[in-house]
Amino acid sequence: MASLLRRRLPRRIFIVQKKAFSSSPDEGYTARRIEKILIANRGEIACRIIRTAKRLGIRTVAVFSDADRDSLHVKSADEAVHIGPPPARLSYLSAQSIIDAAVHTGAQAIHPGYGFLSESAAFAQLCEDEGLTFIGPPASAIRDMGDKSASKRIMGAAGVPLVPGYHGNEQDIDFMKSEGEKIGYPVLIKPTHGGGGKGMRIVQSPSEFVEAFLGAQREAAASFGINTILLEKYITKPRHIEVQIFGDKFGNVLHLNERDCSVQRRHQKIIEEAPAPNIVNDFRTHLGQAAVSAAKAVGYHNAGTVEFIVDTISGQFYFMEMNTRLQVEHPVTEMIVGQDLVEWQIRVANGEPLPMNQSQVPLLGHAFEARIYAENVSKGFLPATGILHHYRPVPVSSTVRVETGVEQGDTVSMHYDPMIAKLVVWGENRAAALVKMKDCLSKFQVAGLPTNINFLQKLANHWAFENGKVETHFIEHFKDDLFVDPSNLLLANEAYDAAKFSAVLIAACVCEKERCNLKESPPGGKSSLSIWYAYPPFRVHHSARRTMELDWDNEYDSSSSKLLTFSITFQPDGNYLIETGEENSPDWEVKVAHLGNSDFRVEVDGVSRDVSLAVYSKDQTKHFHIWHGSHHHTFRQRVGLQLSADDEAQHKPSFEATSHPPGTVVAPMAGLVVKVLVKDGTNVEEGQPILVLEAMKMEHVVKAPSGGHVHGLQVTAGQQVSDGSFLFSVQDESK
Amino acid sequence: MLRVLGRRASTSHQWRNPVSLLQKCQFCIGVLPDGVDRQSPSFSQNSAIMNDYISELKSHVQKVLGGGGAESVRRNRSRNKLLPRERIDRLLDPGSSFLELSQLAGHELYEEPLPSAGIITGIGPVHGRLCMFVANDPTVKGGTYYPITVKKHLRAQEIAAQCKLPCIYLVDSGGAYLPKQADVFPDRDNFGRIFYNEAQMSAEGIPQIALVLGSCTAGGAYIPAMADESVMVKGNGTIFLAGPPLVKAATGEEVSAEDLGGATVHCKTSGVSDYFAQDELHGLAIGRNIIKNFHMAGKLGIVNELQNIIPEFKEPVYDVKELRSIAPADHKQSFDIRSVIARIVDGSEFDEFKKLYGTTLVTGFARIFGQPVGIIGNNGILFNESALKGAHFIEICTQRNIPLVFLQNITGFMVGSRSEANGIAKSGAKMVMAVSCAKVPKITIIVGGSFGAGNYAMCGRAYSPNFMFLWPNARISVMGGAQAAGVLSQIERGNKKKQGIQWPKDEEEAFKAKVVEAYEKEGSSYYSTARLWDDGIIDPADTRKIIGLCISATTTNHAPEDTKYGVFRM
Repeated sequence: MASLLRRRLPRRIFIVQKKAFSSSPDEGYTARRIEKILIANRGEIACRIIRTAKRLGIRTVAVFSDADRDSLHVKSADEAVHIGPPPARLSYLSAQSIIDAAVHTGAQAIHPGYGFLSESAAFAQLCEDEGLTFIGPPASAIRDMGDKSASKRIMGAAGVPLVPGYHGNEQDIDFMKSEGEKIGYPVLIKPTHGGGGKGMRIVQSPSEFVEAFLGAQREAAASFGINTILLEKYITKPRHIEVQIFGDKFGNVLHLNERDCSVQRRHQKIIEEAPAPNIVNDFRTHLGQAAVSAAKAVGYHNAGTVEFIVDTISGQFYFMEMNTRLQVEHPVTEMIVGQDLVEWQIRVANGEPLPMNQSQVPLLGHAFEARIYAENVSKGFLPATGILHHYRPVPVSSTVRVETGVEQGDTVSMHYDPMIAKLVVWGENRAAALVKMKDCLSKFQVAGLPTNINFLQKLANHWAFENGKVETHFIEHFKDDLFVDPSNLLLANEAYDAAKFSAVLIAACVCEKERCNLKESPPGGKSSLSIWYAYPPFRVHHSARRTMELDWDNEYDSSSSKLLTFSITFQPDGNYLIETGEENSPDWEVKVAHLGNSDFRVEVDGVSRDVSLAVYSKDQTKHFHIWHGSHHHTFRQRVGLQLSADDEAQHKPSFEATSHPPGTVVAPMAGLVVKVLVKDGTNVEEGQPILVLEAMKMEHVVKAPSGGHVHGLQVTAGQQVSDGSFLFSVQDESK
Repeated sequence: MLRVLGRRASTSHQWRNPVSLLQKCQFCIGVLPDGVDRQSPSFSQNSAIMNDYISELKSHVQKVLGGGGAESVRRNRSRNKLLPRERIDRLLDPGSSFLELSQLAGHELYEEPLPSAGIITGIGPVHGRLCMFVANDPTVKGGTYYPITVKKHLRAQEIAAQCKLPCIYLVDSGGAYLPKQADVFPDRDNFGRIFYNEAQMSAEGIPQIALVLGSCTAGGAYIPAMADESVMVKGNGTIFLAGPPLVKAATGEEVSAEDLGGATVHCKTSGVSDYFAQDELHGLAIGRNIIKNFHMAGKLGIVNELQNIIPEFKEPVYDVKELRSIAPADHKQSFDIRSVIARIVDGSEFDEFKKLYGTTLVTGFARIFGQPVGIIGNNGILFNESALKGAHFIEICTQRNIPLVFLQNITGFMVGSRSEANGIAKSGAKMVMAVSCAKVPKITIIVGGSFGAGNYAMCGRAYSPNFMFLWPNARISVMGGAQAAGVLSQIERGNKKKQGIQWPKDEEEAFKAKVVEAYEKEGSSYYSTARLWDDGIIDPADTRKIIGLCISATTTNHAPEDTKYGVFRM
């Protein structure tokens, strides 16, 4: 990571960094320096911290739950300690197990990463009590900033601008409702503790207030153990800009410029960038100063982020919250200041002073981070689980970083955050960085579970994003552009043609791969049987043909899954002639060279291009993923397999066996039933909440699809349900 | 040639250069000379005529590939059924070859066209195991069995039994074609023989598998019923001894085809079938799985290891496509069979046996796709010496288990007093005895004429070669048309003379012309292949490939057998 930074940075910065820590005075350092760190986290951030620690010669200890036994972070660390079963509260949130692991392995410090225990003041305190260095801010600062109401009081006192709202202790629902009306709708409801948008609700009118309020309380209790709620004015067209600050134990605090994290879905960031686009230097300075004052007000040291909400209409900025940890998106800051923030964290924890002063903080070029998640974009970005059957991130370089904690073959489980990787790119300016990000996204290959990569590509290619017109409602605002509208025939046809062409490439690549396999290891080995597998397959007086059916997965519109049928003729010269049999559809003469593994070079119509193909089987279906140019398409192919005895006995076609009668509600994903709101047999209105499902630490209210009586509602709170399993059905008896 | 020789002399490091190595090989012992003069007028004339033959052949094949015509194909598709060749393609290993047999059986045989005799047969690998496929074509007369259909089905079973190939029956047939029942039903080699063969092969441990993809009525019901394992496709597959109309007529019971003999009945209740398939593709997938599970432990594998096969074989030095320019346009002209051999054997390497003796028969050892073969080819009329040489060579090959390839271009044995006095019949008998008794795989290709006893000695159809193919120019008859006309007109003139009738010259000429015409027609390759006197007409350029596949088919599953000869007349 550091070597990476060094290569990237212009010499000037490199010198700054070198000078940074070496010219610092030695006096005042604590006697004991950190030689071994325990990382109380998992996934990409654990890997990220281990990398810097290794570079600094610091030994590393990973912790893992049963679900992570073979994870990358476990393999990367010098030592790894098992701390419990998969649920986070029994493992990664189990403070005592982690402290025990640190003591047992002789680690002097604990790096909490982000999430889990990173913002637990109690944990920071516990570390201190056990004589372990907590790599992060003092427990007091965490406590002050962790309570959102308290933090706002402190910020208000320190002169940091605040959004109008209610941050009091009175939590009576009617009182809160009246406070909401005082602030004026729309109103934002959010838990005082925690972050990441969990438990947050926007309420447009008083009628929605109660349900939202109760839900936020419940989620807050489940995630953070504290269910106090605050209210705020909801800003209609806001930007989310945050400032990276850093403090040492000598009271020095500086800021490392801002990040714009406006582009969000489900209140979670998906593309972040630094610096924020379309702001003037004055504004940057004001923002930075406000952030530094905020940090100083709580006696902060180590890394922190002060989040501001910027009202794009008035140009006002307000303090939102301070995250007392290293942020997910810290790499974009690293890229524009040429520093390793994890290294800073460790050095500050060691008691060293900050390596530079505010005027020495550079701002170089522009960086983006795109978060690649396992999620169902078309199902409202619901988290997805599955196996990474094919995982090939883009190659890293001096300007491209891939922060990931998974490898091909790993499982994205329902226990933790479904983030697969962070793609970080740097360019001389925003436009150059954006070009690079688009290119990297199109080459970032994941197959086996649904991801948001195609969606990120659409975002990156959107004109408004290209112009830096970002705001927190960006996705909602441009949803017509970002999601395929199946009624738009022109676009639908274009998408279909592109998919068809991809399918043609797949057909040719599959044939070529088989041919190579047959050539390398012909069935029958050294016997004469191998003659039967020579290319081209022999037919008496005609060319061998093969039919291939591919079912196109239209990512944004599952209803328009379309079967494409191709006939592939094996030409004597080694080319494949591919026909669709559709009227007015051209035939393609395709020449393929298999470059190894999943890579091919394919020539069609005189144009030759790189193609990557991933194939895996799941649920009696073969899945094909293809990447070429900026295109990525997925297809399915039914594999004729034996059906279960039930299906045969019932003589139902296979597709009927999985469908449900109208009115049936199935689990939208695997998860835990946290609350069942009505009894079986109850008469319900359309849209009435029936039960609450929690998965991936998010709550999902399952509502009645229509009015009627609820039938077959057997699930109970605390029960685990699997994706697609039957929950209940609603039948309208009046009909 | 001089140029090459000159280079050879001047380069001392030629061994390092693969190109010069290849050129050098052409002068190695065993590598046949080119033997073809590409500049000669006869070369281009031969090519032109052969190309006409081939385009005619391909147009006939193109027609039969379309099955029973556009309308019946459309009807077939509307029932979610594939065409028989597509079904086979789905069963075969991806990217593998299929050796289809007798594509033009039934060609102009009946008043109505019967493309491919309404049944597709051939050999191809499934899960690395060669199988014989027998697939009814429901688009041709509902897949019913004409006499020639039965013959083609039985021929496929015969090959399967000879080569020990598992049989996969893709059943979709209405049973016997009733108007021709007299030629379909009663005789030994008629419909009933199909089931007899199934029983015999099953007894020998050759798997018999039926996929019921369509109807399977009356006698046809025994194809799946006699099979070791059978699959039925829901909706399309039916098995019953009598269909709904006949049941109604016989008993008054009204029942749908599906309820009478559908997959549900037979997989759940009657046990006539073993695997239930949701649709045709599912059925074919089950079929592949069944074949995957043939273990036949101990029966195979050992055979392969015993084979002396060179996996890294060389292609012939000369272009195999030039085989299209070798057969002379004029049947009376001869050609050197070595120019054919040079284009079908590995590296064009042919180690000739007894080269200087009995030169009208060329014998020698070579390899085709790494597989050893003994080749016997005609270079003219068979004399005493040639026949003795042939018998000798066959004995060697049977001793060593080397498959025999016969390249027939034979007008017959030498006739005349001197020849008879030398015992040509005795010598010929020796060769016929050797050919008849040889238990090694035998493959016969007729590259020119096949006349008289020459056909016998060179392993004609009556000598049960494992496979027999014709070039399009091939001619088969007991003697040439002109000779026959001569013989017949002499007899006729004799008869007329006895009766005191003077035979006018023009009448005699007309008589002769009629005989010649009949011989012309009946001696043609199409006449032969339509009647299944062979396993198909092939493009000369495919000769090497097809011989290679045939030898592989005969040797992969079949352990060598010992040959026992009868009494040789000395």
